[in-house]
Amino acid sequence: MDQRHRVQRAVSDPKVRQVGFFAPNPNPISDFPSRSSPPLAGSPSNATSSSPVIIIPPPPPPAARNHPALSHLVVGSYDAASESLLGSSSRLPSSPPYSARGFVVDGEFSEESWPQRSNSAKFASSFPSGGFNLTAARAVITPEGDASPAVISANEKNEVSAVEAKNERTESSKPEKAKLTKSERRALQESQRAAKAAAKGEGNKPSAGAAPCGPGKASKQPAQKKDTASAAPSSALLERKGSDRLPEKDRKKDVPAPRMQFDDKSRVEKAKRRAVVNQTEARNRVELFRHLPQYEHGTQLPDLESKFFQLDPMHSAVYKVGLQYLSGELTGGNARCIAMLQAFQEAIKDYVTPPEKTLSRDLTARVSSYVSFLNECRPLSISMGNAIRFVKNRIAKMQITLSESEAKASICSDIDRFISEKIILADQVIVKHAATKIRDGDVLLTYGTSCVVEMILLHAHEVGKKFRVVVVDSRPKLEGQRLLRRLVTKGLSCTYTHINGVSYIMHEVSKVFLGAASVLSNGTVYSRVGTASVAMVASSFRVPVLICCEAYKFHERVQLDSICFNELGDPDAVSKVYGRLDVNYLDDWGNKENLQLLNLMYDVTPSDYVSMILTDYGMVPPTSVPVIVREYRKDQLWM
Amino acid sequence: MPDVQSLVNEFILKLKKRKIEGSQATARQTAVLLRSVISQQRIPYTSQAAALIDAVRAVGEQLIAANPIELAVGNIVRRVLHIIREEDLSLTTAAIEGLNVSSVSDDDGDTDKDDTPGLSAAALAAAARSTLRPPSLQTLLEDLPDSSAIPHTSSSGGDSDGKSKSADKSTRSRKLKHDVIEAINELIQDIDTCHDQIAEQAVEHIHHNEVILTLGSSKTVLEFLCAAKEKKRSFRVFVAEGAPRYQGHLLAKELVARGLQTTLITDSAVFAMISRVNMVIVGAHVVMANGGVIAPVGLNMVALAAQRHAVPFVVLAGCHKLCPLYPHNPEVLLNELRSPSELLDFGEFSDCMDFGYGTGTPLLHVVNPTFDYVPPKLVSLFITETGGHDPSYMYRLIADYYSADDLVLQRKVASVK
Repeated sequence: MDQRHRVQRAVSDPKVRQVGFFAPNPNPISDFPSRSSPPLAGSPSNATSSSPVIIIPPPPPPAARNHPALSHLVVGSYDAASESLLGSSSRLPSSPPYSARGFVVDGEFSEESWPQRSNSAKFASSFPSGGFNLTAARAVITPEGDASPAVISANEKNEVSAVEAKNERTESSKPEKAKLTKSERRALQESQRAAKAAAKGEGNKPSAGAAPCGPGKASKQPAQKKDTASAAPSSALLERKGSDRLPEKDRKKDVPAPRMQFDDKSRVEKAKRRAVVNQTEARNRVELFRHLPQYEHGTQLPDLESKFFQLDPMHSAVYKVGLQYLSGELTGGNARCIAMLQAFQEAIKDYVTPPEKTLSRDLTARVSSYVSFLNECRPLSISMGNAIRFVKNRIAKMQITLSESEAKASICSDIDRFISEKIILADQVIVKHAATKIRDGDVLLTYGTSCVVEMILLHAHEVGKKFRVVVVDSRPKLEGQRLLRRLVTKGLSCTYTHINGVSYIMHEVSKVFLGAASVLSNGTVYSRVGTASVAMVASSFRVPVLICCEAYKFHERVQLDSICFNELGDPDAVSKVYGRLDVNYLDDWGNKENLQLLNLMYDVTPSDYVSMILTDYGMVPPTSVPVIVREYRKDQLWM
Repeated sequence: MPDVQSLVNEFILKLKKRKIEGSQATARQTAVLLRSVISQQRIPYTSQAAALIDAVRAVGEQLIAANPIELAVGNIVRRVLHIIREEDLSLTTAAIEGLNVSSVSDDDGDTDKDDTPGLSAAALAAAARSTLRPPSLQTLLEDLPDSSAIPHTSSSGGDSDGKSKSADKSTRSRKLKHDVIEAINELIQDIDTCHDQIAEQAVEHIHHNEVILTLGSSKTVLEFLCAAKEKKRSFRVFVAEGAPRYQGHLLAKELVARGLQTTLITDSAVFAMISRVNMVIVGAHVVMANGGVIAPVGLNMVALAAQRHAVPFVVLAGCHKLCPLYPHNPEVLLNELRSPSELLDFGEFSDCMDFGYGTGTPLLHVVNPTFDYVPPKLVSLFITETGGHDPSYMYRLIADYYSADDLVLQRKVASVK
């Protein structure tokens, strides 16, 4: 036994990779035996670390503990054991033994089977607290010898190299790990390739039987999350590996479907026939934004209101939310998302499965119709897309054995959990993190209204920090005025200016806090229009820019400019200047065909303007976003 | 000359109340006022130039003090001073030449008169520089009064300068004033026509299917764009509205009236749109000697965005906007805060504006600056009447228009600047 451990240590070091800002792990793994007999990922004993984000190599499958035989797995054993596991993705009790992952002897691998991710996800998310210290073969981190994962891990390596150094100090075994020779590495890769081929062969089976997760288990999570929300990220991270192993079919499915392009006439026609909301095309459409919906604003409202009692397929709660979107009553990413989810809950509660249909299929279709209705009312935000994906996933993965009422209750509780964990608790965690970044005497600049930033400012004020706030605002929404009023009422000292004055005021600012509608996986921040300008000016004045964004808003999409995807607001709002009767040059702009008014809603902030992103997973640099996205996506799908 | 003084006072009042909008209008009115000051000024027989300079300087100090932010006033005062010096110089040199040719006749004055209007300010300056420049340094060293320096230096040209002076003193006294007024008329004309001269160059800079972004409104920009349109260039214009004055709405309206494809965007969308823009063309409030620009608020943001996307940032500026001073902390010292009412409705926020909460200071401040400073590194090109120039060349261009002796008009003002 001892001998084996030593061998393992040489190649497969336990590796705790941490990203972002964290305290050194107070409880490093020093207990070898517990590692080799596959330890539970982040078992409670070493879960005390306060680090917000930790990237951890894939854990040995927890299940292996139940199959001690596997821990003997040695030498070149990606074979029978692991292969037999390939099909065993489902975590149903009847499932065959799990593969062991991360055992490397003499450069040979036992390649764990990809379905593992379901397990690790479940495990990770059910751990009570943050700091997972997982052990695994470092070599396994570059699975399959494929280029893409390797690149990713290289990236991470850069980011965390400092962290690693720290860990190396705490973990004596570390230095040895780097001692893979070239030939060993090659052997390793080869074995991985072989494993991949094997996995491919069996790939389809597990994808079909993807494991649903019992509601009971899932519902444990909220309480645990409270301890430290950092648990989630690491759990997500655990799956990085799993996601690399997606069989081709799944991988394709993961690529988001291309968005509707509104310059495609035939598709627009088709969509119109289906549409609930009667839209009239806007006058003087902006040529550059033909691909986005440009409709008259406000004209649909009376029509829809009159149809309120006729719309059979639409649930009244959903309908109400749709009208609120349309009228602009409900704004703000979180508020819109919560309202939508709650409307879905209502609708699901009232849902009755029609005869000869299955709940999971029919309800999914129903939800899709709701979503398309809401999308007509106002294009959905990216965060809402993520939430919808979650709901649909929960429905699709519902166990068939559940009765209808149970299924409905479980979906509703899942949605509740999503709201409380991903939004409300996430905000609390962000506030907690951000408060540590505010010092006495700071001048904090914020732009528009972000509910998280507002919470941060109020919290910091409550805990007695002495600081001043600069609220920057812009037309046409002038959201900042509402924030300003609330802050001043609470007794914060505020300075108000408009976005053009930001260069003037930036001299006195020490930090910039901005909200975001979404953070894309190339690190760009998709947020209310003007955010990019503020971030740009701040970075030109060397003022740190902190983006506050819940991780459920992260998205794997990438975007380089603000034109390819955006949302257009009401052009009339641009021509009319609120409170300024003297500015009325464009009152009759609709009659001038050379004139277009553009009311852009969002823009894209390049990642180099962003110093730090504050999420519920901790404080990360923008380059770490893709990591969290991968993790998080799995986390969301499987929790 | 009580009526001149009343004119001056009236103008000062207008400046103080910020009743005059735009540097072109200010420049023009300043020039007109100074013209009348000069025409009413009694001229002694000796050192007429010095008398004129003193008179203009006295008025100029008052004007500048009335609105130290409006640098166009100071520019015009300096220009007028420079004109007086140049005219005086050219008269003396002409007189000397006349002597040298030994034909002291009356028509010498006539030829000179015909000559002077024909010469452009730049050409005059170029001619004068060779003689003026070194002596002005000399005056500094020898601590001589300016007025005496000029005749003194010009005497280096000819030996018998004392004789000539006494000979045509009477003609010269009338002629100097006359020439100066002529030159100021020219200056006023220059100011009036600077838009057209700048606009003439539009075709060289704007090409087919270009997308041009501008912020706020500037008459120069309007004329520039329209000139390109008249030359059958088809292009599109993005106009940022330019809060808090929203002059962009006005510009958009006028551009549309002239048949240009115009898109009005909010100021916040500048960064989003600039990736599709080929050129940013804006007006300026003042161009400083280092090539920095005092511009309507918001332009620093636009310039940064343009730099980020490698979009040329072109500033149009008439010559009256060229200021010979170097800026120090211009964002604050050369700025002006306007009324908060443009941003916040007092009615809505009246309850937040009380001096409460114990400390005695209000919790709510509103900052509404008028200008932005765009550093020279963000400017790609200046277009003036004389053509396009790099920011680093501006100091040289400016040296043509002003005399080094006039840079510091007033000790007090100078310390502010």
